[in-house]
Amino acid sequence: MKSSIPKSQFKNPVINWIDTRLPIFTAVNEAVGTEHPTPKNLNYWWNFGSLAGVTLVIMIITGIALAMNYTAHVDHAFDSVERIMRDVNGGWLIRYIHMNGASFFFIVVYIHMARSLYYGSYKAPRELLWILGVVIYLLMMATAFLGYTLPWGQMSFWGATVITNFFSVIPFVGEPIVNWLLGGYTVDNPTLNRFYALHYLLPFVIAGVILLHIVALHRFGSNNPLGIDIKSDKDMIPFHPYYTIKDFFGLAVFLAVFCVFVFFLPNFLGHPDNYVPADPMSTPAHIVPEWYLSPFYAILRAVPDKLLGVLAMFGAIGILFILPWLDRSPVRSAHYRPMYKIFYIIFIINMLGLGYLGVQNPEGIYILLGRVCTAWYFIHFLVVMPLLNIIETPMALPKSVSDPIFSSGSSGMAPAARRSKK
Amino acid sequence: MSKKKTRRDFIVIASYSMGAVGAGAAIWPIINQMNPAADTLAMASTEVNIGALEIGQALTVKWRGKPVFIRRRTEDEINETRNVAIDTLRDPQSDEERVQKDEWLIVMGVCTHLGCVPLGQKIGDGKGDYGGWFCPCHGSHYDASGRIRKGPAPQNLEIPPYSFISDSVLKIG
Amino acid sequence: MYKYFIFIVLCFLPIQSFSAGPSIKGETIDWGFNGPFGKFNKSSLQRGLQVYTEVCSSCHSLKYIAYRNLSDLGYNKSEIKAFASTFTVTDGPNDDGEMFERPGMPADHFVSPYPNMNAARAANGGAYPPDLSLITKARGGGADYLYSLLIGYKKPPENLEVREGLYYNKYYSGNLIAMPQPLYGEDVTYADGTNASIEQMASDVTEFLAWAAEPEMEVRKRTGIAAITFLLIMAVLSYIAKQQIWANVKKKQA
Repeated sequence: MKSSIPKSQFKNPVINWIDTRLPIFTAVNEAVGTEHPTPKNLNYWWNFGSLAGVTLVIMIITGIALAMNYTAHVDHAFDSVERIMRDVNGGWLIRYIHMNGASFFFIVVYIHMARSLYYGSYKAPRELLWILGVVIYLLMMATAFLGYTLPWGQMSFWGATVITNFFSVIPFVGEPIVNWLLGGYTVDNPTLNRFYALHYLLPFVIAGVILLHIVALHRFGSNNPLGIDIKSDKDMIPFHPYYTIKDFFGLAVFLAVFCVFVFFLPNFLGHPDNYVPADPMSTPAHIVPEWYLSPFYAILRAVPDKLLGVLAMFGAIGILFILPWLDRSPVRSAHYRPMYKIFYIIFIINMLGLGYLGVQNPEGIYILLGRVCTAWYFIHFLVVMPLLNIIETPMALPKSVSDPIFSSGSSGMAPAARRSKK
Repeated sequence: MSKKKTRRDFIVIASYSMGAVGAGAAIWPIINQMNPAADTLAMASTEVNIGALEIGQALTVKWRGKPVFIRRRTEDEINETRNVAIDTLRDPQSDEERVQKDEWLIVMGVCTHLGCVPLGQKIGDGKGDYGGWFCPCHGSHYDASGRIRKGPAPQNLEIPPYSFISDSVLKIG
Repeated sequence: MYKYFIFIVLCFLPIQSFSAGPSIKGETIDWGFNGPFGKFNKSSLQRGLQVYTEVCSSCHSLKYIAYRNLSDLGYNKSEIKAFASTFTVTDGPNDDGEMFERPGMPADHFVSPYPNMNAARAANGGAYPPDLSLITKARGGGADYLYSLLIGYKKPPENLEVREGLYYNKYYSGNLIAMPQPLYGEDVTYADGTNASIEQMASDVTEFLAWAAEPEMEVRKRTGIAAITFLLIMAVLSYIAKQQIWANVKKKQA
């Protein structure tokens, strides 16, 4: 009887006992342990996925600590944040980590996405992996926006006012929808309370989608810098100890950079006006979004029509969902796509340009530049990407990761991806 | 070869240990933020004007968010508390140990059983069987020295740290 | 590796320009509290407190600072208690339901000159004198801007019409400010004998308000040095560990 129980393989008897009944250790081992085969040629750009995960954990832990000291009421919110900064033990540290953590979460995720764009990680069979990533990104933007309202400074208030007003462009029902979102006719106490509730909820939704993202990742394993399918076990190494130590090193470097901001430039990425308590009767002279939303704000402003502007802004994010079908090239990695490589660089510069323009006053040359960059954003996805498949001749792909010598004539792409198994 | 392997293991273990130490250090502020904050600690002492209190009257003040009972006791009450045989008490303490000035009894108004506020401060409140306080939650009786005489409470009413700044000003905390 | 650092630095370049703040360039002071090892100068903070108390506090509140916080300036408990008791705090309601006045205590926050925002507006021709607790964080340019503003009251250019209730200031955005010139020189008599020139007072009160906005600054920077040192050692160590673990993979690849 006893021998019929399928036993786990762990040496430690306690772990073995638990794992036989509840295979959590097996699950962890298959996710990030010795049982997770990973391409051996991943470069440092592949560090940013795990960094994003760590950043989310940091945000949730510091967020819960802040929630213990925060008061979600228009009369007390600003004061309670100042009490955190001045009286709560280590409160300034926790808040500065949370504040700058939001920015660094976006930095990490932007790099993660840029890596995916360069190496074609969104292509078949990883389309859903990419789409889940875009869902996470959308949820992050929503969470960041909601959280930015909570300190109840001038930027909090007017940011919330401007962004909720996006919905007023919906024909006929726009106004009622905005009033429903706000719980009144303007951003006020009901708005603050519901934003607080949702700001606490969404990170856990993000964590859930990240789980799906990881499940989808493990279906076909990681892409790699060559973008070719892994055909042999020779090209794989177990995640642990190889990538655990590599990710750990990356984490140390990341945290050191993060600490420079938390301890020495804590308000560098913020805006001075958010240290002025919210005043519904006067709008600050320049209202700008947080930097990570800035490119989309630039797109919004580039279109002179209110409805079309909002549509362009949401379209700019929505277009990411269909990206796997816009780029039909069978070659994944930009390494072997000479033309795409150039357009990729132009796209990145264009994106940084939009980010810059989003925080400038819309006057003079900036208006024209904003329109050019916005147009190019859409041209890149809707024209350049489909067109490249026709006009570009990709370079020859190597046969395997271990043999990166160009083999002539062979496309090297096996259309049917196989599940990599050790 | 084996020497090399040991050194390699040492560096790996050392780096992950640093990670563990760092995580531990980073968790400390998260725990410490739940301790009383600087503004809460600053309210740790309060000054009370007791000049207007006449013999037989009582006053309740808030200190650290809890009630403190101040009673200016009558001659009878003082005598009664001092005539009790100390070794018959559940929490043996003489009245002299519990007061700085005979007339003034200052105790925390928190029942030592489960933290309710006993009755006996207001005119018209029952003062229990021993002329002090009576806790309505589970029926503890305290005498005019705040000592537990009957009921489930294990200890006498706690004495907060206090001092008389002058004849009419009392500093609690 | 260095590629990543460069990338991260590049990420911040476009942002540098938008925290620039007001378009008018003011004075740039080499404050002692600047930089990773910066510290506040205690005697300057004490002089700044005097300037705030004797000049600024007639219109501007400092509500996030409590008298007990003055221990950061180097005062001891009894000095703070004595200082706090020179102010009158409205407390209550008492047992009769009345508000009453009592001398200030260390736990009290700095007493505001006006009971509420509307009263402050009414007393200042409609312009609200902002609370100063966060002023160096709440203005682009921070301490430099505040200092410039305080010394920026100059003779207006001949062609500029200065309306009643407004004052010319070289460094204020738009040049017309509702705050009358606060410092003229010799407005206070410093206990330590320092000459109370406009520049001296402006610099002292700016240092004091920079402290008021970021009282945690010295601890923050100290902690930061320790944290970053720790992380860099951890990075070096884990890099060596990584190279060693990866040695056999690299060998096969080559």
